[in-house]
Amino acid sequence: MSVETVDTAPRGFLGWLDKRFPVMGLWNDHMAQYYAPKNMGLWSIFGSLALVVLIIQIVSGLWLAMSYKPSAAEAFASVEYIMRDVNWGWLLRYIHSTGASFFFILVYLHMFRGLMWGSYKNPRELLWIIGVVIYLAMMATAFFGYLLPWGQMSYWGAQVIVNLFAAVPEVGADLSTWVRGDFVISDVTLNRFFAFHFVIPFLLVALVFLHIVALHRVGSTNPDGIEIKKGPKGNKWDPTKPADGIPFHPYYTVKDITGLTVFLAIFSLVVFYAPDLGGLFLEAPNFIPADPLKTPEHIAPVWYFTPYYAMLRAVPPIGGSQFPGVLVMFGAILIMFFLPWLDRSPVRSMRYKGVLSRFFLGAFAVSFVVLAYLGLMPSTDLYTLLAQIFTVVYFAFFLLMPIYTKLEKTKPVPERVTS
Amino acid sequence: MKNAIFVLMFLFAPLSVMAAGGHGPELQEANIDLKDKASLQRGAKYFVNYCMGCHSLQYMRYQRMADDLGIPDDELRANLLFGDAKPTDMMTNSLKEADGVKWFGTAIPDLTLVTRWRSPDWVYSYLKAYYVDETRSYGVNNLVFPDVGMPHPFAHLQGVQAPVFAGGHGEHAEGTGHVVGVKLVEPGQMTPSEYDLLVRDLTNFLTYAGEPSKLERRQLGLYVLLFLGLMFILSFYLKREFWKDVH
Amino acid sequence: MNEQGTDKSRRRILVAATSAVGAVGVGFVAVPFISSMNPSARARAAGAPVEADVSKLEPGALLRVKFRGQPIWVVYRTDEMLESLPSNDPKLVDPGSEVATQQPEYCQNPARAINPSYFVAIGICTHLGCSPTYRPEVAPDDLGPDWKGGWFCPCHGSKFDLAGRVFKGVPAPTNLVIPKHTFLNESTILIGEDEAGAA
Repeated sequence: MSVETVDTAPRGFLGWLDKRFPVMGLWNDHMAQYYAPKNMGLWSIFGSLALVVLIIQIVSGLWLAMSYKPSAAEAFASVEYIMRDVNWGWLLRYIHSTGASFFFILVYLHMFRGLMWGSYKNPRELLWIIGVVIYLAMMATAFFGYLLPWGQMSYWGAQVIVNLFAAVPEVGADLSTWVRGDFVISDVTLNRFFAFHFVIPFLLVALVFLHIVALHRVGSTNPDGIEIKKGPKGNKWDPTKPADGIPFHPYYTVKDITGLTVFLAIFSLVVFYAPDLGGLFLEAPNFIPADPLKTPEHIAPVWYFTPYYAMLRAVPPIGGSQFPGVLVMFGAILIMFFLPWLDRSPVRSMRYKGVLSRFFLGAFAVSFVVLAYLGLMPSTDLYTLLAQIFTVVYFAFFLLMPIYTKLEKTKPVPERVTS
Repeated sequence: MKNAIFVLMFLFAPLSVMAAGGHGPELQEANIDLKDKASLQRGAKYFVNYCMGCHSLQYMRYQRMADDLGIPDDELRANLLFGDAKPTDMMTNSLKEADGVKWFGTAIPDLTLVTRWRSPDWVYSYLKAYYVDETRSYGVNNLVFPDVGMPHPFAHLQGVQAPVFAGGHGEHAEGTGHVVGVKLVEPGQMTPSEYDLLVRDLTNFLTYAGEPSKLERRQLGLYVLLFLGLMFILSFYLKREFWKDVH
Repeated sequence: MNEQGTDKSRRRILVAATSAVGAVGVGFVAVPFISSMNPSARARAAGAPVEADVSKLEPGALLRVKFRGQPIWVVYRTDEMLESLPSNDPKLVDPGSEVATQQPEYCQNPARAINPSYFVAIGICTHLGCSPTYRPEVAPDDLGPDWKGGWFCPCHGSKFDLAGRVFKGVPAPTNLVIPKHTFLNESTILIGEDEAGAA
């Protein structure tokens, strides 16, 4: 910490508190004297926004839990009770259902930003890995939560996904029964899914805390992928800090607040004018109570899972077993853990990487969106073929990365960040 | 950032339409108006008189309906409440699930959320799509909901509709092609436009019942967006002011 | 790289304005969350006024009805019971029912009732919310020779007379609450609502 903090040692209550708890130290280390690159630009905002949505989800979820009943007999009716009888219940519920989808939108954008800037490369491997764990915890939370409204889509979506475990050789059938606690998705399953849906978000908070601690250890990166810590020292705030850094507070706080108002406006447009978003955020079949005897005509997972669902369906059963498809699906997520070691490029950012990296990143983004689309659609021969092609593209991005990042010619990285 | 999200939203928006759009005949537009209280009140009356013998609105309270639709208390009690129902009760009937199975071979669906599940246009089109089909137990079939297990509730009002078969004129092609449309062959007590209005009012009411807070939601949204607009202007100038330091 | 270019007062105004508007926004957001914890339409429906049929009530007997989840007592007081009431006055905290919150105006009378024969009260002790026991018998062993009938709270020993008035020297501070009520006809009492409106 700089000399400055000693000079301006707080007095009064803050002084009393600071003697016993490092309020000022924490504030300075993580806000007022945390130096972030001055050229981060628009793409840097999604992390902050995702944190805000996490808080929105926890608060709205807590309030929904005050009126929701996690039992097969009452769940569906209790959601309608919230929508109609609870004061402002409709708003709480739409905030929560919209927040779930926006959380994924923001995190997907945040991850894409990481891919563009090479934010996973040394020394940020652990930061990236914590991020992937956060993504997994989010998916678990979303999966458990999706059963709670106890509509047809909730029920059959959970049924299909839990049955994926049944594809595991030998123990599969027992495993899926164990997950459900019954032979079909039932009251017991709903009850335990509610428990998990309630508690995992707190784990998520802990993971986000670790993610930020790790970030502030290694420092924020930027579109140039340059380490400002290694550059020249001295800026107008502190002669010992990176010349290209600016204090997170107030500069990035005011920027993030501005971004937040724009985001909240978009969020409100959905909450107040299109909470179903044409059936993407709230699916029409979920307005019928779960019926274990009748599957809806077309079932698909909620949109943020559909890329993986498309991959699952793309892999043909081998020897009558769905297991390879399940492996591919989980592999598509787990492969992200290895990204820091797959990238052999001497540079971080796409700005200075070669044509091949840009091509593969573009192809990867396209394949993700196309697979998401295919996962929503009923499977036809054409769609299955497309899903197979794009699954290959998806994996090629990762698996060929050691080759194309080595092969391609990179551009020289400047000494200082560009603006 | 704004652009990125918009791009994402518009990328996904059309998918849902395709995902939701199944097969079957094209639906007619219901053109409902949730602000038309007179229409909603008529719809409520039709529902209570014609539908509620069998179908319930189990998540809808009479009182809420009366408040939202501007139905005075005495009128509610005189025209819409039957038996010992109280204004604070849910709009249910005394039928049991088993009764439906016994009479129609299936449980009679609750209609509170029918417009959210099926869409208002579906309900509107469905009620206009009954046609004569002697092979069915009630003597009628439905173009929108083939082989539906429900008799035509408004046959006396709408009249009799005959099926129109693919590639030819009804009576002669019967049994050869599939039904592509219906046409009125015997008028009922109402003219076609009167009947359309009845179905529209009923659809309007059911759409209201599917989400009673819809109007309130849209209205509140306007205030929220105006507030966020103010907040954006302030924070934008705040950001610009501070970032003058950064060169 | 100098601080001279910055307009300090402009900054201060912008910070203050943004913070103030932001705080107002947080305040608005808090409204639905706080309001959603108030009774829902279902709870309010369950809390609608209830009718009590007293046609079959025996003299001296107590009828319990539920209103908003609370026990409501209706006692058909005999003439002896009513005649005994004034003799309790010196031993009571508020014999004249002066505390206005404990009964509607039309029950601020010696019998604390619309029709003296029918006593209506919320059966919840004004101390800590237990439901007192009805003890109509005169001078029982445990309550002493001066007892002319009333209620005894088993939790902390508070005592009330047959008009729900609290005795001195017990933990309960005030008389039992009499809810809004009205006679729909001679034998039907509507509890929770009177001519002036709902409770």
